[in-house]
Amino acid sequence: MIREFTSAEVLFIVLAVRWTLILSAIAFLGGALGGLLIALTRTSQSKALRRIAAGFIQVFQGTPLLMQLFLVYFGLAVVGLPINPLLAAAVALTFHASAYLGEIWRGAIEAVPSGQAEAATALSLSYTDRMRHVVLPQALRLAIAPTVGFLVQLIKGTSLASIIGFTELTRAGQIINNATFKPFLVFGTVAALYFILCWPLSLLARHMETRMRRAITR
Amino acid sequence: MFSRPVDTDRAPFREPIMTEQAILMRAVNKYYGAFHALKDIDLTVERGERIVICGPSGSGKSTLIRTINQLEAIESGTITVDGIELTAGGDNVAKVRRDVGMVFQSFNLFPHMTVLENCVLAPMKSRKISRTEAEATARQYLERVRIPEQADKYPAQLSGGQQQRVAIARALCMKPRIMLFDEPTSALDPEMVKEVLDTMIDLAREGMTMLCVTHEMDFARAVADRVIFMDNGVIVEENAPEAFFNNPTNERLKNFLGQIA
Ligand SMILES: Nc1ncnc2c1ncn2[C@@H]1O[C@H](COP(=O)(O)OP(=O)(O)O)[C@@H](O)[C@H]1O
Ligand SMILES: [Mg+2]
Repeated sequence: MIREFTSAEVLFIVLAVRWTLILSAIAFLGGALGGLLIALTRTSQSKALRRIAAGFIQVFQGTPLLMQLFLVYFGLAVVGLPINPLLAAAVALTFHASAYLGEIWRGAIEAVPSGQAEAATALSLSYTDRMRHVVLPQALRLAIAPTVGFLVQLIKGTSLASIIGFTELTRAGQIINNATFKPFLVFGTVAALYFILCWPLSLLARHMETRMRRAITR
Repeated sequence: MFSRPVDTDRAPFREPIMTEQAILMRAVNKYYGAFHALKDIDLTVERGERIVICGPSGSGKSTLIRTINQLEAIESGTITVDGIELTAGGDNVAKVRRDVGMVFQSFNLFPHMTVLENCVLAPMKSRKISRTEAEATARQYLERVRIPEQADKYPAQLSGGQQQRVAIARALCMKPRIMLFDEPTSALDPEMVKEVLDTMIDLAREGMTMLCVTHEMDFARAVADRVIFMDNGVIVEENAPEAFFNNPTNERLKNFLGQIA
């Protein structure tokens, strides 16, 4: 039974965008928290802590995201949790985003001249105040463009969740394609939707990068 | 131990308490890895004393003054600041840092904050002073370093000399009892050196205990009680400026004075 590619099918695909957005948002927010923790750990005084964070980053940057998805997906069952594609995808993508954002933000923290933290320390500011008021605000400016850039990668990366059966944008496309056998039309639509999500962000990232560069050379 | 009142509006440069030295360093050793940067340093600084430290590049001058607020930790020996032993643990380091101001060669102002914000951050966060009070104090010190009109500008909008004067005001806002200067004029264009030195001379006249790493020998002659010459991590010679400059005993010091004269 071959279905036509009608507005109902298009609507099905368009509505799946919300799951791509939800998954991206969860992974980005979770990854932002995890990434901040990783970045602070990576730049801490303790060698042991730095090693642990470095190990985490290496594991998650050194293995394919797809394998991480599989491991979390099937791992849930092993530890007795119900198999839930959204949960598995959210957990795996959060780890993935934590590792990448952690690395981006570590670089940004280290790019803040050491004299800044020294001056803050000499003024007797605590570690927390030093980070919160002196180092992180400066690091944030450096990190904002690559962070938005990573968000684009993350949104596209959520398409892998289709493989463990989570019906986000890509999986919705597959479902419709299996029914309509109009791959060019279907996946063209899917790609266009990803583009609509990602393109403005890419522009924003580029815009912020130029602004940053101008601010530095000011 | 004398107890210091924690009142926040204490006079910035009140009469020194004569019962204790400002700084006592005993047999201090500092290593960077295998490199022996400070070798058995003994140094006593009386309250209100102004000390100038000079010596060739790499001789350990910065390292020495950075151990006093523990920007650099030491491997052995003791450092006591205002009666508080740095290495004794607890929150001694934080206490000492609250009472010791530091001015760096590269200013190290916080570029994302206005001059005023630079000045009120530490008093508010580590002395827990209200914003109103901290701003009043900041304006008073900006007046003292003669740039009250720059309070709402960002550091990048100021000249080097102005930035360094802000850095001095920022340190003073913590109402420190001791000020450390690490080559405060070395990064400045020649025409701006004087305005910073004048600010430091004012401070010295007001009785602040000061340790200044500098090669400004006129400054040393004008305000120093003692001049110290360091070489290879060792205090080689220390003397009153007159004797230090006119009758140096050490060969390396003679050489050094010949070079910078
Ligand atoms: N963080 C560091 N790591 C390794 N070596 C250092 C470090 N800081 C300073 N040194 C070395 O210690 C010596 C003294 O440095 P420093 O105190 O900065 O000298 P000065 O201020 O007299 O020029 C120099 O040989 C310098 O290379
Ligand atoms: Mg130095």
